[in-house]
Amino acid sequence: MSAANWRGAMNVQTPRPVASGRPPAGGTPAPRPRRFTNPIRPRHILVLAFLLAYPWFAPPFFTFQIGAQALALGLIALSLTFLAGAGGMISLAQMTVAGLTGYMVAIFGTAATDGVTLGWPWWLAVLIGIAVGVAAATFIGWLSVRTEGIYTIMITLAIGVAFYYLALQNYAVFNGFQGVQKVFPPTLAGVYWRAPTPFYYLTLGCALAGYLFVVYLLRTPFGIALQGIRDNPRRMHALGFNVTAHRVAAYSVAGVIAAVGGVLFTWYNGLVTPGSVGTGWLINILVIAVLGGLRHPVGAFLGAIVFVLLQNFAIDVIDRERFNLVIGVVFLVIVLFSRDGLLGWWAALSARMSTHRGESPWTAARKRSYARSSPSASSPS
Amino acid sequence: MTRFWRGFWTLLIGIPIVALAAWGLQDNARLFVITFLNGLTLASLYFIVASGFTLVFGLMRNVNLAHGSLYLLGGYLGFYTAQFTGSWLFALAAGFAAAAVVGLAMQVSIFRFMPGQDLRQTLVTIGLSIVIADLLMWAIGAQVHQMSPPAALDGPLRGLPVIRAYSTYRLTLLPIGIAIGVALWLFLNRTRIGMMIRAGVDDRAMLAAAGVNVNLVFATTFAIGAGLAGFGGVIGAVELSMVPGEDTRLLLASLVVVIVGGMGSVVGAAVGAAILGLAETYGLAYAPTYSVVFTFVILVLVLAFRPRGILGRPA
Repeated sequence: MSAANWRGAMNVQTPRPVASGRPPAGGTPAPRPRRFTNPIRPRHILVLAFLLAYPWFAPPFFTFQIGAQALALGLIALSLTFLAGAGGMISLAQMTVAGLTGYMVAIFGTAATDGVTLGWPWWLAVLIGIAVGVAAATFIGWLSVRTEGIYTIMITLAIGVAFYYLALQNYAVFNGFQGVQKVFPPTLAGVYWRAPTPFYYLTLGCALAGYLFVVYLLRTPFGIALQGIRDNPRRMHALGFNVTAHRVAAYSVAGVIAAVGGVLFTWYNGLVTPGSVGTGWLINILVIAVLGGLRHPVGAFLGAIVFVLLQNFAIDVIDRERFNLVIGVVFLVIVLFSRDGLLGWWAALSARMSTHRGESPWTAARKRSYARSSPSASSPS
Repeated sequence: MTRFWRGFWTLLIGIPIVALAAWGLQDNARLFVITFLNGLTLASLYFIVASGFTLVFGLMRNVNLAHGSLYLLGGYLGFYTAQFTGSWLFALAAGFAAAAVVGLAMQVSIFRFMPGQDLRQTLVTIGLSIVIADLLMWAIGAQVHQMSPPAALDGPLRGLPVIRAYSTYRLTLLPIGIAIGVALWLFLNRTRIGMMIRAGVDDRAMLAAAGVNVNLVFATTFAIGAGLAGFGGVIGAVELSMVPGEDTRLLLASLVVVIVGGMGSVVGAAVGAAILGLAETYGLAYAPTYSVVFTFVILVLVLAFRPRGILGRPA
């Protein structure tokens, strides 16, 4: 299977026209509509208001276990959504980047485990953690962009599992099986940031920033070139774009998002162990991203909410131990019956609802979903 | 690559390996030889499982990440068959048959409906592997199952030079692995069905036009590939043990083997399995903490210089 086919399969619908993102050479730039953000619709305000007001009516369990966990996991999954949706590269090592960052924060900062931690100030530990995470993501990207499609999945899986065994067997740095315990966010400005409500707002702030960053990035020349490379790397290469550099850069950017998510997820758990970078979690991040849908950054958070809800409540329906069965079956059903996760179902649903003149419902829905999700379709050049 | 560079790389990689081997032999010959045999027998198991994976992927472009689950399924079924009938050969047959039937069901009900959609196949098989692993854990539990070797192969083989004694069962794995490899190679390259399979991979439509039932040919291949995973499971149930988590371990081993060796090549799978098996056991024997890192370094080196694997061809 050729690269173009693969990337075509990633792009679940018909190929979009690719905007070059650069003004045509030697002429006045075509007047572009001054739209740097999506049009704000009532539902955006509704969702934002709901998210902001959430801790005020939800009990602490829902604020912390459901809300904050879903947002932190969603942020890690967002990095995969960006890589896969915009770049056409499915990396299973995003949790490895997040976990490595968590380990670094724990090792350089303060934790309960003696002999491992260095006890540096929390902000330095977080900065070092994110820097190491981004470096690791870049390295993983550099390794895996040599490969395409299914090879990428396999190589990133192999890298992720290799890191899992390293963390499991190395006691000098990673403290082996036990990992590092009691890694908590600091008390700052009189607020203990691990209390449910402050921690919820912390994750919400990071998640919103990550989401807006990705939405913005998809409209920059870099993001548009990346989507062009996803659709047709050979043509982009012929146009003078450095395909490899763009792909590695995409891994680095996704690494930043995954690293921030990793810090939050480690603080949420209060510990980091080899189990949190094991195969189960590597796959879970993929499950979350695919469950939500890869066509738009919001899919990552949708998937995370469904995942966390299932994790907490599906066990009441069946059995505490059978969570994997439930999530596996849900995942199978979504993959088998939807083209693009929950967002795919949403598109199909709104297509059935809408009656646009002269257009088939599917085309109408697709157009609207393009207008929402992709800058390249709304301003073809 | 010119002849000079080939020689250069052979020397660059070969000299340290030969030097380390000489040091190991001189330092503790018994440990060195036993580790060598352990590595080769582990490689034999890896080869059996990975050859099924490479058959399915390399020839049919079907990505089956539930391969490890089939391994576990075959191992468990072999265990219970051996307990029930007391025959190791029956267990082997049961493991092969069970995995082949499940694989066939997967091919007929899922893969046939998404030809060429690598991503969806991957996702579906990941979902399947989660479900199968959990169902197996539900039905059988998380305790360790270890099969005893057949009576004829039980106990050590004595009177060997240097190492004095070695497990008969493990030594038998070597000829089994070689026999399976040779049989697969002959099957693909010297029989009519093998010819059809290779032709179907190159041009499916033309083969169908020539009057061959392509679906049947591909279903057979898939069943054989899946069956090899179950067969490996029964062998692994004696050599290693059966416990939840082994499925991902063997899946990962298969992945590394086919990545290092080159996708779709039976000979490549043999080379990859030998490298991985030897690297793992030597790592465990001489530097236990970092044995995984050796595997990883090999993977990185191969990818950096031969992105399609040692014997891989462009897709």
